[in-house]
Amino acid sequence: MPAEIEYTNLSGISGPLIFVDGINGVGYGDIVEIRDASGVLRIGQTLEVDEQRAVVQVFEGTSGLSVQGTRVTFVGRALEIPVDREMLGRVFDGLGRPIDGAPQVITDKMMNVNGLPINPWSREYPRDFIQTGISAIDGMNTLIRGQKLPIFSGSGMPHNRIAAQIARQAKILSAGEEFTVIFAAMGVKFDVARFFIDSLEESGVLTHSAIFLSLADSPSIERLVTPRSALTLAEYLAFEENMHVLVILTDMTNYCEALRELSSSRGEIPSRKGYPGYLYSDLASVYERAGRLKGGKGSITQVPILTMPSDDISHPVPDLTGYITEGQIVLERDLFNKGIYPPIAGLPSLSRLMKDGIGEGRTRKDHGQVAAQLFASYAKVKRIRALAAIVGEEELSGLDKIYLKFGTAFEEVYLSQAYEENRSIEQTLDIGWRMLSLLPRDELYRIAREDIQRYYMPQKEEDK
Amino acid sequence: MDELLTGSVIAVNGPIVKAVGLKGIGMFDIAEVGPDRLIGEVIRLAGEITIIQVYEDNTGLKPGDEVISYGRPLSVLLGPGLIANIYDGIQRPLVGISEVCGSYIRKGIKLSPLDTAKRWDFKPLVSSGTEVKEGSIVGEVQESPLVLHRVLVPPGVSGRLTRIADAGAYTIEETIFVVDTASGAFKGKLAVYWPVRKPRPNKNRKKPFVPLITGQRVIDTFFPIARGGTAAIPGGFGTGKTMTQHALAKWCNADIIVYIGCGERGNEMTDVLTDFPKLIDERNGRPLIERTVMIANTSNMPVPAREVSIYTGVTIAEYYRDMGYSVAVMADSTSRWAEALRELSSRLGDMPAEEGFPPYLGTRLAEFYERAGLVETLSGADGDITIVGAVSPPGGDFSEPVTQHTSRFVRCFWALDKTLADARHYPSISWIDSYTEYLIDIEDWWKNLDAEWLATRNEVMNILLEDHRLEQVVKLVGSDALPPSEQYILFCAEMIKNAFLQQNSFDPQDKFCSPEKQIKLLKSLLTLYKKGLERVHAGVSVKDIAALTVVSEIVRLKSEIPNQDLAKIDEYVLRLEQGLSALKPPS
Repeated sequence: MPAEIEYTNLSGISGPLIFVDGINGVGYGDIVEIRDASGVLRIGQTLEVDEQRAVVQVFEGTSGLSVQGTRVTFVGRALEIPVDREMLGRVFDGLGRPIDGAPQVITDKMMNVNGLPINPWSREYPRDFIQTGISAIDGMNTLIRGQKLPIFSGSGMPHNRIAAQIARQAKILSAGEEFTVIFAAMGVKFDVARFFIDSLEESGVLTHSAIFLSLADSPSIERLVTPRSALTLAEYLAFEENMHVLVILTDMTNYCEALRELSSSRGEIPSRKGYPGYLYSDLASVYERAGRLKGGKGSITQVPILTMPSDDISHPVPDLTGYITEGQIVLERDLFNKGIYPPIAGLPSLSRLMKDGIGEGRTRKDHGQVAAQLFASYAKVKRIRALAAIVGEEELSGLDKIYLKFGTAFEEVYLSQAYEENRSIEQTLDIGWRMLSLLPRDELYRIAREDIQRYYMPQKEEDK
Repeated sequence: MDELLTGSVIAVNGPIVKAVGLKGIGMFDIAEVGPDRLIGEVIRLAGEITIIQVYEDNTGLKPGDEVISYGRPLSVLLGPGLIANIYDGIQRPLVGISEVCGSYIRKGIKLSPLDTAKRWDFKPLVSSGTEVKEGSIVGEVQESPLVLHRVLVPPGVSGRLTRIADAGAYTIEETIFVVDTASGAFKGKLAVYWPVRKPRPNKNRKKPFVPLITGQRVIDTFFPIARGGTAAIPGGFGTGKTMTQHALAKWCNADIIVYIGCGERGNEMTDVLTDFPKLIDERNGRPLIERTVMIANTSNMPVPAREVSIYTGVTIAEYYRDMGYSVAVMADSTSRWAEALRELSSRLGDMPAEEGFPPYLGTRLAEFYERAGLVETLSGADGDITIVGAVSPPGGDFSEPVTQHTSRFVRCFWALDKTLADARHYPSISWIDSYTEYLIDIEDWWKNLDAEWLATRNEVMNILLEDHRLEQVVKLVGSDALPPSEQYILFCAEMIKNAFLQQNSFDPQDKFCSPEKQIKLLKSLLTLYKKGLERVHAGVSVKDIAALTVVSEIVRLKSEIPNQDLAKIDEYVLRLEQGLSALKPPS
């Protein structure tokens, strides 16, 4: 590699980008050190190079930089962060530099934040059930170790509480193993970050958690690196130190906005709602860094959180996320307004890996069919409610009225639980059967006869 | 050809690299870029400048780095050993890569797509001295217990066979036969290269007439596809595109399956990889993997290789079609392929058409789907390729460009419905928005099983359409306001949905439903409708019919009666008829 040359002048600045002319031997994707007139260091990365010019994105933003007097050095390697077990219990900025006042972690292990794609052949198919203690998730949208399952929320809804509850309660049923939690905050408010840190502290998991913060007042471009730094540490811990890592990323909508900002200042042709055409591939390069490896003990489970602008699930951010992740937990405004916690929507939520992680020997034999029946019956409730809104509840048939009763019970008893309540999967399934037992036996067409025989228990009072 | 061209990089913008100095290089030739010799393909020539798309991560690439090319087009290697293998978009073997560099895919790796050391048992079928022409079968190799690999004289080669190897074990690199052609001796091997972007030739194309039996009732009975046909599965996320593709790859009766995971999830490919060796094909008692070739270019692997992955897959399919096989190609998802096209075209500075997609999106899609078809191969046998492409419309909106263009080039459209998926009604193929143009083409095949097949199918379809119309009314006034005969239609439609359309691909009996069973189930439901309607007209209440035990039993026939034991269904139909006749109107 040629000796590092310092270039003293920029040829232009636009948004988070700087342009450097007259360069020589600069690589695509190289890291750039930028010092302003007062000597303060910023980090950047080349996005485009040709024989004369390099386009550089500056992670800390360009405010305060001027064309004259800025010194630029091309380091000649990609962005790396240190990784080590010692990083647990610490707080870092988006680029992996400590911001908790304690000294820099000393390690000689550096890893590229962009990671490398996992060979699909080398993946181990995830099938270990994680008990979160939340019925709506365990019973109907089961989280599996190595899965990426996002929470689609809207402003004002309790996505942070749900994520914190998962972080606190999540465990593997058989082994009782716990998770190491890595929390990455992109563009969220200080209060939100504080809430997570406090709740991790209260439940005693803070000492084996690592926190990466790029808060709302940090430059937006830093948000693009934050999740990658967090996942790089996660990969190290999971695949080299054999730990089970739960990564919580919040808020992916802010991440996507930073990407849009960068794309627009590069003058790229926008796709939907001004987001770049490569938003899908870019998000995939974050979300696909979850899973398990053949022959490895560790795992990365991702719970990204995103707020849907005006609760619109077809907005590009939730839409493309849903195409990459293995399901989604959707929070519903109606349930939230009714005061139901957690307001996890019955129908649009889904866990794609559920089918292989449940059933006999994993949870319970009837789990899959109970879930399918709850979904099907609740879908019917929704249809009947729509009808009742027009013709009035009195006009409904007897069976329809029973369904309405089931619907209310499902929301208030099954979905609803306290922030501190940690339900076992047995409890969740039994509550599910109590709900289904409100319906006539013949309505349970998704469930095998012998399970109905065993678990169906219509209430005695009604029989009398 | 084969002369080494060299040049140097002048600019890098993502995977798009500009180079100068490669005089004489052609469009779609391979170029190796930089010190890691990253694989790229020439996608545009502009005067002195060659524009190359690089199929691997190219961070660190600098202006001034060397580019070399042998002037050969991007090709796939076709030969025994493809079956049960898994490749990335440019046919690098993923198993081999994991042996060389562990769990992650590092850049600059070059491995032969086929095992060059493995010896295959070759059996000659012609003797030397025979006149052969392109497509002639000269011998065979048992590639997997399910696939007999036929060794063909490549397109463009004909003449007298001057030498053919004796029966024995050979590697793919040994010369197996020699043909004396007009332009000299051609040395044939077990494996042969073919450019990915060039369709393999055939004698002539034929009209498809045999249905591809998928074992999925809503497809086979209501929206069938012919062998050699094309179909699209559009659906928003969570509607079950991949589940449907998996079900087809598992149970459809093609000889060979090419499964292309194009820009999709890594874990889904792992699912296929772990499932297929274990799943047993009932028709022959062998694991499904023994007829499957997989291409996995997941969403986090380099985008340009995603663009080429569907061509790699379909070229492999054409190779097996040339041997006279029936091949089904699953492409999941063509939208991710289109997005790769958009990303590359945008970096080239092309003028965008709708939603940033390049104006040539439609042409490219048409070219891809046109590689499907039933053909008379060069050897004179029949072979076919069926292509089923998943489409992932943003926001589930079918008016977006990829869905719209695709629907122009496919003849079968299986629209997935979010409402059905939400109610966990799988497969969530909508019976209102889907269509097929193959119904007439394949009617004769079904007629051999049952003369009234089409009429029965249409009658049941009409109940569903009538139900759809009535649902609009019910939404406004409630079902109790309808006359009993219309309430009965709603009831029967509900029965058809639960007892026929909805299918559980994890249930041992229900996952594959034979055509004979489909006919029986359909007829039992039609009996319920017709006989029941007579009783309703006679004054029997819908509620009383619904309360018959045999009615709730019919819902479970799909998962309780095995394909081999269909006579039992007749017993239920008899009981149904008796039960209905016994019902008396309230006096």
